[in-house]
Amino acid sequence: MFIGYFTERPYQDPNSGYFGNTGRAVMDLGMSNGSYDPRLGSDLYNRYLDEKLYAEEMGFDGLMLNEHHSTPFCMGQVVNLEAAILARITKRAKIVLLGNILPIWDDPLWLAEDLSTIDMISRGRLVTGWVRGTGRESVAHNAVPPYNWDRFQEAHDFIIAAWTRDGPFRWEGEHYHYRYVNPWSRPYQSPHPQIWIPGVMSRNTVAWAAKHRYPYVMLATELGPTKESYGYYDEVAKENGYEAGTQHRGYLFKVHVDETEALADEAGRKYVQGPSNPFLEGNQGIVRPFIQNLPGLTQRNNLLPTLTSFAAARSRGRAEQFIAQQRARGEETTIPAPPKDPYADLTKKYSIISGTPKSVIKRVRHVLETLRPGTIFFWDGDGAMSHEDSMRSLRLMGEEVIPAVREISKELDLKGPFETDPATNETVDQSDTGAAEQAAAD
Amino acid sequence: MSDAYQERDIELASGKVHLLEGGSGSDIVLLHHSWGSPGWLPVHAALAQRHRVIVPDMPGWGGSVRPAWAREPRDIAILCSHVLDALEIGPAALVGTGFGGYVAAELAAMQPRRLRALVLIGAAGLKPENGEIFDQMMASHRDYIEGSFRDRESYVAWVGEEPGNDVRELWDMSREMTARVTWKPYMFSRRLQPLLGDVTTPTLIVWGGRDKIVPVECAGLYAASLPNATVEMVEDAGHVVEIEEPDRVADLISSHVDGAGG
Repeated sequence: MFIGYFTERPYQDPNSGYFGNTGRAVMDLGMSNGSYDPRLGSDLYNRYLDEKLYAEEMGFDGLMLNEHHSTPFCMGQVVNLEAAILARITKRAKIVLLGNILPIWDDPLWLAEDLSTIDMISRGRLVTGWVRGTGRESVAHNAVPPYNWDRFQEAHDFIIAAWTRDGPFRWEGEHYHYRYVNPWSRPYQSPHPQIWIPGVMSRNTVAWAAKHRYPYVMLATELGPTKESYGYYDEVAKENGYEAGTQHRGYLFKVHVDETEALADEAGRKYVQGPSNPFLEGNQGIVRPFIQNLPGLTQRNNLLPTLTSFAAARSRGRAEQFIAQQRARGEETTIPAPPKDPYADLTKKYSIISGTPKSVIKRVRHVLETLRPGTIFFWDGDGAMSHEDSMRSLRLMGEEVIPAVREISKELDLKGPFETDPATNETVDQSDTGAAEQAAAD
Repeated sequence: MSDAYQERDIELASGKVHLLEGGSGSDIVLLHHSWGSPGWLPVHAALAQRHRVIVPDMPGWGGSVRPAWAREPRDIAILCSHVLDALEIGPAALVGTGFGGYVAAELAAMQPRRLRALVLIGAAGLKPENGEIFDQMMASHRDYIEGSFRDRESYVAWVGEEPGNDVRELWDMSREMTARVTWKPYMFSRRLQPLLGDVTTPTLIVWGGRDKIVPVECAGLYAASLPNATVEMVEDAGHVVEIEEPDRVADLISSHVDGAGG
């Protein structure tokens, strides 16, 4: 079992008017950065790095970073910079990027150079992950949406080539053109860092990940649809001549641990009290469908079953499609009213697990038994949670939850991708890891 | 009015092109807006009284096969010139509305002698000096189309309170094709204006005085760039002048085309 830690790094400005339970909802790509306070930004970036350091100390296997643009709900824009800092200041944990948004890179050679540099500085602790990005990202960096999927695939092929082929060589593709590919850097890991693919709804991407034998990490989707999507991965794996296992399944979910149930309830509610986040059910803000659902960004009628909730559909600009599907099934066609107590609602369906170590372990066990993932990420310290909230939770995770989850994973035989190689399904030689070499180098 | 028209397909090497055709007389070809051809419009019917009117779905829009390789309006303009060839239309009278005007201007720039008369109605294609071309990618379909009319009343009169599913689908598919060829730069090319100086084709520029999509100043930019152009303002119309003032626009087109001879 691979256990990682994640926070979206929200820009928490208590004076902003859009923060906290009573704050106004943020309209997606509807807010000026005129109020941005770089001093506050400085404090927050440093805080989130400190929390990552502590997460490593508490025993997490991986520190996950993600990337969004032009939005207060995620400060991770230049995610490779954060990763490069972690590469130097941490010693053991993997640095997991889920992920770089390939289609918005006009120069993926630069990305190949970035990532191999991070892999070398960390002595082989990079896990690289690639995504297609949401509408916001295509707007912010002005990448042509209808070519998003083509560019994703070509950038992937190109980066693998740049990492594994001896240069110089020439690349004359559909979207990328280079007359001299010969980066003066190579990834530390051979042939290259593991590639994990995060996602929520594109069947194309699941099938593509399964064909490449890349672990697929589902991002905070509900349990039932997540299981179905893993099933689809398994099917594609079979068609491609191999059995998918726990090493191919990743799951990110919201877990907060606290000293008492009362504190856990108070902090857990803060998940939905930060700056609005289209992907944070209960605090999605005002989602503008035409931005999430840019023309040609995803193929029509090719979605995973994760759009089973109106909130999930809305976050992707698919509310109308969701309602049309409901109508086709002869179901209720009205837009559901938001739940009166989103936190309670999310807790009920395991979208948020917040409690004392004892109650959290029990509920995490349910998730592990239901989904059988080999990789999990605890999504914590988000929304309106303070540094203190995060640190209390991290300490209790380290002291009680992580050891217990490791035991459960042994009992359930949940092997992660650094125990069983997803590319071969063979057992990974634990002595041959970057962490061991890092230790030797120190 | 001539409400009679027929639909037919022609074949290019790059795929089928669907078109509407009606009336008889000298040929007039009309290129639609970025949101696709909504059908046989009153302006078509008015023109069809004295002309053979041809309204193709531009390749990639409506019932015409998508040229997946196309990356810019110039590619669409080349295909439109192939459509004229396939229809065996001699020097043509070409009318372009909005994005269709951009394509028509590109076609004129590459083959000035292919056209005997050109009409640009609220045409995109040139970068305004002061304002900006309204970015449909940052608006809902409904807001964008509504913004194309002089006001809400005019929009509701034509579209209704809520567009039907077929209309939404047309807009959705059209927007994807529009994104494929003009996502960036949005709706203009810096490589168009320098070519217009050699386009001696008699050109009529028609603009709605209340156009909120392509700034009125662009009428002046076209007029200043094209050596043989005149401007007709329709003061009380929005971007879709030909929908809001079909008879007036049909008269303007017809007079211009007749005056151009051929």
